[in-house]
Amino acid sequence: MSVDTATVRHIAKLARIAMSDADIDALVPELNNILGWVEQLAAVDTEGVEPLTAVIDQKLRLRDDIIDDGNIRDEVLANAPDAQHGFFAVPKVIE
Amino acid sequence: MVNDYRIQGDTGEWEVVIGLEVHAQVVSNAKLFSGAATAFGAEPNTQVSLVDAAMPGMLPVPNRECIRQAVRTGMAIDAKINRWSRFDRKNYFYADLPQGYQISQLYHPLVGEGAVTVLLDEKDEGSARTIGVERIHVEQDAGKLMHDQHPTMSYVDLNRSGVALMEIVSRPDMRSPGEAGAYLRKLRAILRYVGSCDGNMEEGSMRADVNVSVRRVGGPGEKEAELGTRTETKNVNSVRFVMAVIEHEARRQVELIEEGGAVAQETRLFDPDKGVTRTLRSKEDAHDYRYFPDPDLLPLELEDEFLAACRASLPELPDAKRKRYEGLGITAYNAAVLTADVESANYFDNLLDGLQRPEFAPDAANWVISELFGMLNRTGRDISKSPISVRQAAELLSLIADGTISKTIAKQVSELMLDENSGHFGDDPTRIVETRGLKQTSDTGQIDARIDEILAANTDKVAQYKAGKEALFGFFVGQTMKAMAGKANPAVLNERLRAKLAA
Amino acid sequence: MSDLTSKAIADLRSGFRSGDFSAREVATAYNAAVAAGRALNAFTVETPEIALAAADAADAARTSDDLKPLSGIPLGIKDLFATEGVDTTAGSNILKGFKPPYESTVSGKLKAAGAGMLGKLNMDEFAMGSSNETSAFGPVISPWKRRDGGNAALTPGGSSGGSASAVAAGLAAGATGTDTGGSIRQPAAFAGICGIKPTYGRCSRWGIVSFASSLDQAGPMAKTVRDCAILLEVMAGFDKKDSTSLDLPVPQWESGLSSDLKGQRVGIPREYRIEGVPVEIDALWDKGVEWLRDAGAEPVEISLPHTVHALPTYYIIAPAEASSNLARYDGIRYGLRELGDGGLDGLYASTRAAGFGAEVKRRVMIGTYVLSAGFYDAYFTKAQKVRTLIKRDFTQAFDRCDFILTPTAPSAAFALGDKSSDPIAMYLNDVFAVPASLAGLPAMSVPGGLDAHRLPLGLHLIGRELDEQGVLNAALAIEERAGFTHRAEKWW
Repeated sequence: MSVDTATVRHIAKLARIAMSDADIDALVPELNNILGWVEQLAAVDTEGVEPLTAVIDQKLRLRDDIIDDGNIRDEVLANAPDAQHGFFAVPKVIE
Repeated sequence: MVNDYRIQGDTGEWEVVIGLEVHAQVVSNAKLFSGAATAFGAEPNTQVSLVDAAMPGMLPVPNRECIRQAVRTGMAIDAKINRWSRFDRKNYFYADLPQGYQISQLYHPLVGEGAVTVLLDEKDEGSARTIGVERIHVEQDAGKLMHDQHPTMSYVDLNRSGVALMEIVSRPDMRSPGEAGAYLRKLRAILRYVGSCDGNMEEGSMRADVNVSVRRVGGPGEKEAELGTRTETKNVNSVRFVMAVIEHEARRQVELIEEGGAVAQETRLFDPDKGVTRTLRSKEDAHDYRYFPDPDLLPLELEDEFLAACRASLPELPDAKRKRYEGLGITAYNAAVLTADVESANYFDNLLDGLQRPEFAPDAANWVISELFGMLNRTGRDISKSPISVRQAAELLSLIADGTISKTIAKQVSELMLDENSGHFGDDPTRIVETRGLKQTSDTGQIDARIDEILAANTDKVAQYKAGKEALFGFFVGQTMKAMAGKANPAVLNERLRAKLAA
Repeated sequence: MSDLTSKAIADLRSGFRSGDFSAREVATAYNAAVAAGRALNAFTVETPEIALAAADAADAARTSDDLKPLSGIPLGIKDLFATEGVDTTAGSNILKGFKPPYESTVSGKLKAAGAGMLGKLNMDEFAMGSSNETSAFGPVISPWKRRDGGNAALTPGGSSGGSASAVAAGLAAGATGTDTGGSIRQPAAFAGICGIKPTYGRCSRWGIVSFASSLDQAGPMAKTVRDCAILLEVMAGFDKKDSTSLDLPVPQWESGLSSDLKGQRVGIPREYRIEGVPVEIDALWDKGVEWLRDAGAEPVEISLPHTVHALPTYYIIAPAEASSNLARYDGIRYGLRELGDGGLDGLYASTRAAGFGAEVKRRVMIGTYVLSAGFYDAYFTKAQKVRTLIKRDFTQAFDRCDFILTPTAPSAAFALGDKSSDPIAMYLNDVFAVPASLAGLPAMSVPGGLDAHRLPLGLHLIGRELDEQGVLNAALAIEERAGFTHRAEKWW
């Protein structure tokens, strides 16, 4: 599988990274180079092999249903590029 | 009852195929993956932890209660509980989604297939239909955007961000707005019985994505591959609106197809003011969610003890309760009404406990439905705020059962208890009966005296009765009861009257 | 290097405790070294006052007989660890100015143990890189120079390049690193120091900026094996805030140190003899086998047949996870914001275009692609299956041996700019390091010797799950026999 300009542009859109045509053109061969390299995995026989789900075999722990966090609005908003009236502000979204 | 909902098109009859994805907010103190509170209506961004705000390096730790509630819900619809499940990330960008992904379950949901049985007609067991539930998975809610606070900016409140939701996905088993409505009401009832969701649609605790497609009657079979192209109308927040969406979408799709067009697979929004749906986004710019297992979380494995405790904690569910009520001699309709919501069912169960007269259950049911519910409806009250407590209702019904007051008097007493201006608002029935002297009397001397007066004043009717017009008996009963201000024991009155008329 | 800044942590600890010098003297010496070492570009933020405050607290604790395990020890903290109130950028423009209102679990444990923080250490952007050249703060320079008459600036390796350079040049007594696919071990090897990546789950990931969650693991970098044991004991431990944290007691690795390897078998994986690796690296490997034999271990040949697929597997899984982990850098709640065309999507795209460097973009693009509709199974699921096979290789190998010896990297440090135009050539640096990362196993680099250009070379030890002790002990045996006391000549 290899990617073309349109695919790279689509991926850039999915990843929300603005790219010029020149950026895209430069990335096409780079990505194809990497994809071509990783595709050697296709040759590995994985018949009947389960995908790895946990690096170290252990069970998911569950937390008790206790409120022990929150009420830290100032901390939550402290690093915001634009915080107004206790909210994060973003350019108007039309739904 | 069969699926007789049809759209009459210009070219023939059409059937509508409906599936619902219900998002139900899990009842829990804290969020699904953080210790921040879930309560409704807090100041913006106060119920937000660093995890909910997706600060760098923050990690999710799942809340046991949310898992427990989803498992219990699954058990309540006889669903397969998956002992091994896991969380996946659903990746997309939006201002209300701080992580840039929603933690959800795509590949291995917590709950597998189950079913919900609905009655299309509450009086008719034959109208039962089973709606398949494909799965229930647990996921995070998103935050909230406010668009009306600033001319050029939207404001982001993350209080809801990370609150646990159950997504309950039905099979495309519904064929009419009525069925969809019945399914939604029944599902809501079950969730409220189980206590896993408060079912409050106004506050957004429960909302539905409505999948609708149409196909010609007599068309291909019911396999999913043979369904028409469907649209998904997002976030519909009342039963009535869900039904309106279906009616509108079905008609719109039929017209579109008959005009030679094709239904686009797309996401739509419902406009409740206009009663129409409109395009939100089409498939061309549909998201590619890039689901993959969340590497911050391990697979969720449930132990036997956990599952056993979940099962043991389940209450009696609506269908079982309805059958039990019917077994007590309560009519099918009354049993259905009483069990439709957990609060009325609890009220009635407590009433039966207080009354300790199972044989009186059908009368109690009648009283609750026609008297209590009727009056609550008229005064716009909820059963949880009934001015007649369970204890008082049991007391009142006991007064009827032991012959202290008649049903007619009982009605008067309840009205007094429910009327804020009666001077007896919220009073115990015994006290009202005593202070107002409403006790029923079996004093034959008093009753005989009234009967004599009535018969003397209506000699013509007595003659007609004796000539064979026996229907007049009721007239004499009514007149005597009226003269007794309703307080005569009806059985005694009947017996004395019959004796007098026969004399 | 002053006398104090050349000491190992164990020696600083005993000297301070016995009253040879005060913690303030140590901190002052290191602060001066940091200031004098700016040519190395090892630090993104210097925090001399924090180091001094910890030193004063240590001196007070000594007086009141209230010493903590790391009282009086000044450390550098990789900029991937959130440090409360101190800029934490992960080497990226997109986190410029970000001051976390929280402290990562690991750096918090070090502080609670009395360690001082000298500053935040430069690194490859979001830990994506093997040469430190992807940092938004510019590359870290290695203190080492080739003895070839030239004066080329060399890489300290990456991504924990600032950590490696700082420790090697005596700008910090020890440092935290993180290792996703070799980011502790390869720079440790390049800089002639020790570094251990413990078993996945030993160190909490809470508060460490995520790169690839299923691989990321923190660990110490220091001059000696013993120093690594001392630091790791403090850094490791269960954390209920990290779902993948191991709920196990922390072993006493330092007191468990022993270079007597009698009865142990060291596995030599035949697949790690690869073409194009300099002869002197293979020669050092052979020497390492002899050192371990001398310590009592019996060498056995083992096979890790899926080794050859480890790097491609890694370069699917790590970018996939990263593409999702980095979605939160969107210009809304913290960090850089570029408004773009005015809309929300414009804000996202412009912010991320301006905030991420080329390598991060490349990996986010690869990760997005391999997860996208239609490609997920072919790439991601396939890679996770191969990962199962790689892990199985190790499990089977450990039936035949107790630990594994390999070279750490296929070359010594290279010059800045040498590989930056060829991503795959750069990725190949981690060919020996990545398999252990994919399997979540403890692994360590220890200096073995110098190459022909007098540049350090490292030996790499891989242990069983949770057997950090075995890895440390084997490394200690090598350390004792290699006699590696070389230090870079000061030019900065």
